[in-house]
Amino acid sequence: MIMQRRQAVTIKGVRDGLLITLSEGSWEELRPALLQTMEERLGFLKGARVALDVGDHLVHAAELGALRDQFSEWGITLYAVISRSPVTEQNAQALGLATRLSTPRPERTIRPLESHLQGENAILVQRTVRSGFKVSHHGHIVILGDVNPGGEVLAGGNVLVWGKLKGSVHAGMDGNEQAVICALELDPTSVRIAGFPVTLPPRKGKSEPQMVRIEEGRAIVETWKSKK
Amino acid sequence: MTASVITFTSGKGGVGKTTTTANVAVALALLGKKVVCIDGDIGLRNLDLVLGLENRIVYDVVDVVEGRCRLRQAMIRDKRLPELYLIPAAQTRDKNALSPSDMVRLCDELRPEFDFICIDSPAGIERGFRNAIAPADQVVVVTNPEVSAVRDADRVVGLVEAEEKGPARLILNRVNPAMVKRNEMLSPEDVLELLAIDLLGIVPEDENVIISTNRGQPIALNGKTRAGEAFHNIARRLNGENVPLMKLDDRQDFFSKLARMMRSGGS
Ligand SMILES: Nc1ncnc2c1ncn2[C@@H]1O[C@H](COP(=O)(O)OP(=O)(O)OP(=O)(O)O)[C@@H](O)[C@H]1O
Ligand SMILES: [Mg+2]
Repeated sequence: MIMQRRQAVTIKGVRDGLLITLSEGSWEELRPALLQTMEERLGFLKGARVALDVGDHLVHAAELGALRDQFSEWGITLYAVISRSPVTEQNAQALGLATRLSTPRPERTIRPLESHLQGENAILVQRTVRSGFKVSHHGHIVILGDVNPGGEVLAGGNVLVWGKLKGSVHAGMDGNEQAVICALELDPTSVRIAGFPVTLPPRKGKSEPQMVRIEEGRAIVETWKSKK
Repeated sequence: MTASVITFTSGKGGVGKTTTTANVAVALALLGKKVVCIDGDIGLRNLDLVLGLENRIVYDVVDVVEGRCRLRQAMIRDKRLPELYLIPAAQTRDKNALSPSDMVRLCDELRPEFDFICIDSPAGIERGFRNAIAPADQVVVVTNPEVSAVRDADRVVGLVEAEEKGPARLILNRVNPAMVKRNEMLSPEDVLELLAIDLLGIVPEDENVIISTNRGQPIALNGKTRAGEAFHNIARRLNGENVPLMKLDDRQDFFSKLARMMRSGGS
């Protein structure tokens, strides 16, 4: 008898808890076999989330409810009832139980999101570059301060000055003709981009943030205006 | 008592460091402060002349450092004032006769007995400059409103920053309001905009400075002159008082804009 019971009820681990499967046979026999097996193995089952596979058996809602209550008295959560019988399935759903084991999803590979932008190498200089001082870097240079007359900035990439640019500056010094120079106020003593001396048009009116670049050897100076 | 060490420096020569050191020291002494001046311009000593103490020199700062005399013996007291002393420079030596650590040691010895130690730095940014700023608690950069002087002042401000001697403060010397008005001279606003440091004071161009210097009677000592008044105001600001900028021009608005550039607290 015991052997039979053991075969009638099998327990295995699944992704979301334990799956208890009942074999073929009459529900009247299986039900007590189920309860007995569980009672014997309470030490193991306590605290578990359990899905119950009742096969073809038609199980009434009242019976499912009673099982669920009995399980919960033992500290076991019945979360799903699986059945090939559509009636049993419906009954289970009426009780708010799941009727399907969640299929184990393949491990999601975490790719960097498209919205994560890659930057380039830059250094930040948080001071004014005064006369006789020099900043040089093969990447970009960001200066939080002014570049005073007599101060020098040499960058392999772009130069961005959050302040007044009054000294001398060389962007793209390693030959990068795409390099640009931006400053809140652009009034430099000398400008070079990729080795080419750049002559700026005389400044007129009040100073505004500007960007300098070269296009076919010509200097292009654009004034930044906030778009409203 | 623990003295505050103030170094007056400029980068460019001839802008008025010695004149400023002497007059600020005199004005501080007139405020009742105990003051000692150190002439840091070894080989080109001047401060003794401007203070009118030249003929009382026996020992100098190099003698002290090299142990030929005690510190006391090299200190000349200015008899016109209660507590003003001068430690003169050596005339026959060069700047390498002193090291920055000599200056630090010397000032540490003087500190307990004084309120202010005023150091006159030589021009330039070499050894003499480094000697002068090594012991400084505060650095005052003196400049004229001339493009080349301002450029050098900017360099010195950067070096002072690099030495982590705190932000230097500015004295703008020899300002001629009439020339500024005619756009023939950089305005104080122009200079401050470039240097971006706190303004300690503006001293007008004043021929009385030259006259008094030639007599060895610092202009801050006697009478009411515009430059003398400017030095007194600077001394009071160094002493922690909040003194508004004086008007250098008859027209009201001239320095009113500058008043706003002065930090509250007068510094
Ligand atoms: N406010 C002023 N008005 C008129 N003349 C001045 C003024 N300040 C300084 N001078 C004159 O300028 C000259 C140079 O001044 P001073 O010797 O103080 O400069 P310095 O910076 O110490 O020079 P050095 O770098 O050679 O040590 C002197 O003749 C002095 O009298
Ligand atoms: Mg001098």
